[in-house]
Amino acid sequence: MSLESVMQTLLFGLFVGGIYGIAAMGLALVFGVLKVLNVAHGELLMFGGYISFWVFTTLGIDPFVSLLIGIPALFLTGLILDRVVFRHVVRLAGEEKIKNSLLISFGLTLVLQNLALRVFTADDRTIQVAYTGAGVSLFGVMLPFARLASLIIALVTILVIHFFLRRSYPGKAILATAEDWEAAELAGINIHRVYMMTFALGASLAAIAGTLVTIAYGISPTVGLAWTLKALIVVVLAGTGSILGAFPAGLLLGVVEALSGILVGASYREVIGLVIFLAVLLLRPQGLFGRT
Amino acid sequence: MPILLSVQSLNVAYGDLQALWDVSLAINEGEVVALIGSNGAGKTTLLRAIAGLHRPLAGTVTFDGSPIQGLPAYRIVERGIILVPEGRRLFGGLSVLENLELGAYTRRARAKRAGMLQRVYDVLPVLAERKHQRANTLSGGQQQILAIGRAMMGLPRLLMLDEPSLGLAPMIVENIFEIVKMTNEQGVTIFLVEQNANRALELAQRAYILEQGRVVGTGGGMELLGNESVRQAYLGTIPTTDKT
Repeated sequence: MSLESVMQTLLFGLFVGGIYGIAAMGLALVFGVLKVLNVAHGELLMFGGYISFWVFTTLGIDPFVSLLIGIPALFLTGLILDRVVFRHVVRLAGEEKIKNSLLISFGLTLVLQNLALRVFTADDRTIQVAYTGAGVSLFGVMLPFARLASLIIALVTILVIHFFLRRSYPGKAILATAEDWEAAELAGINIHRVYMMTFALGASLAAIAGTLVTIAYGISPTVGLAWTLKALIVVVLAGTGSILGAFPAGLLLGVVEALSGILVGASYREVIGLVIFLAVLLLRPQGLFGRT
Repeated sequence: MPILLSVQSLNVAYGDLQALWDVSLAINEGEVVALIGSNGAGKTTLLRAIAGLHRPLAGTVTFDGSPIQGLPAYRIVERGIILVPEGRRLFGGLSVLENLELGAYTRRARAKRAGMLQRVYDVLPVLAERKHQRANTLSGGQQQILAIGRAMMGLPRLLMLDEPSLGLAPMIVENIFEIVKMTNEQGVTIFLVEQNANRALELAQRAYILEQGRVVGTGGGMELLGNESVRQAYLGTIPTTDKT
């Protein structure tokens, strides 16, 4: 096997991993702060993808540029979903919270999926931009423009989120609420507002992931669950308490999947991801970036 | 002295289990008031109910003339009641400085954040020395000092402390009580829950005794310290029999 083909595979692993990372980051944020597993995260991603598809198809706006519409649209959707649905489960205790939050987010999954089937039909949709398939060759490694731009957008997004959470005052309030919501409330933080902002932020990340998915693979109403599962695997890999660890864990999963494609055959790619998932759960249950 | 906090016939329950029964008490502006009682008497529940973490079944809590029962906790903080909870409850992954900054989250406190931070550093120099250290890497005593510093950042008018000496070495406990006393001398009213009843009664002008969710006694701090039945119940002294 040539060095070029290994490099090419690694690179594609990074491209895929960047999308995994963004998809997982939104799920991790909501899980880390609201302590709710939003099974409908993949459906939010799917809606984000459809927004870029329709904006491109009807208005001819480049899918990367259409993020300027998709992000605020999903942010708003997130605010509404938190206020109408999730606020009622977020303060339940223990088992009641786990059961109810899973039930309503599964319910939301079905609602959103069927809504999409109805409105968008079951057709697979893809975006063909002028630069689809174009790229540059560097030392024999092919760099497609669209995938390269996707990875850059993913990296910029993560830097922005990282800066927001670690450096800004509202961001620190989010981290504080994630650590101890009661102590946060006693510090004077309106935690329901924090939950709302966090959920909207998670939905915005889903919008970005959805757009990147649509550019890379296309979109259909039923892609949601697969992405929720992929994101969940990445979140567990990173450690469920590690919000910022989700992105590197996503990159890692992307690269490992890609490499396993050449080592054991493409048909085992998904299996390798799950094997790593189990190994991490067994050997390092706090996750790769989690603290005990 | 005007009444700052007044609790009237407060009843609080956890599900079917009632923890507080018709609790009434008053705290005057500028006082140090202690709350003593055995484990499970409902001391923590009372502080948490005042702070807005538990919604009472019945009764009123009046602060500075206006009712506050049923308000969310962050609104009560905004009014100036700040609870230093049992077990300190710091944001362990954040730095000392970040913990302090978050203590001044309310609009009222945020405006004076920089000045207040300097004052907290002056009064509690250990926090200035360790401002960039992660809170969960501090020692127990330093963590308690940070918890008090974080509360001070919120500009409390009434500072409620739940077991501030719990799990600390005697010398550190002395230090914590000094800080509480100093805070009071700066004009902050103190409501103190303590296992260490001896030390709490020495510091407090007045105290309430809570047993099985009811107020069963009240009096001056020194008065209760001298009371034989109180000594036996809460101060761990064996009754002297050699007096004839």
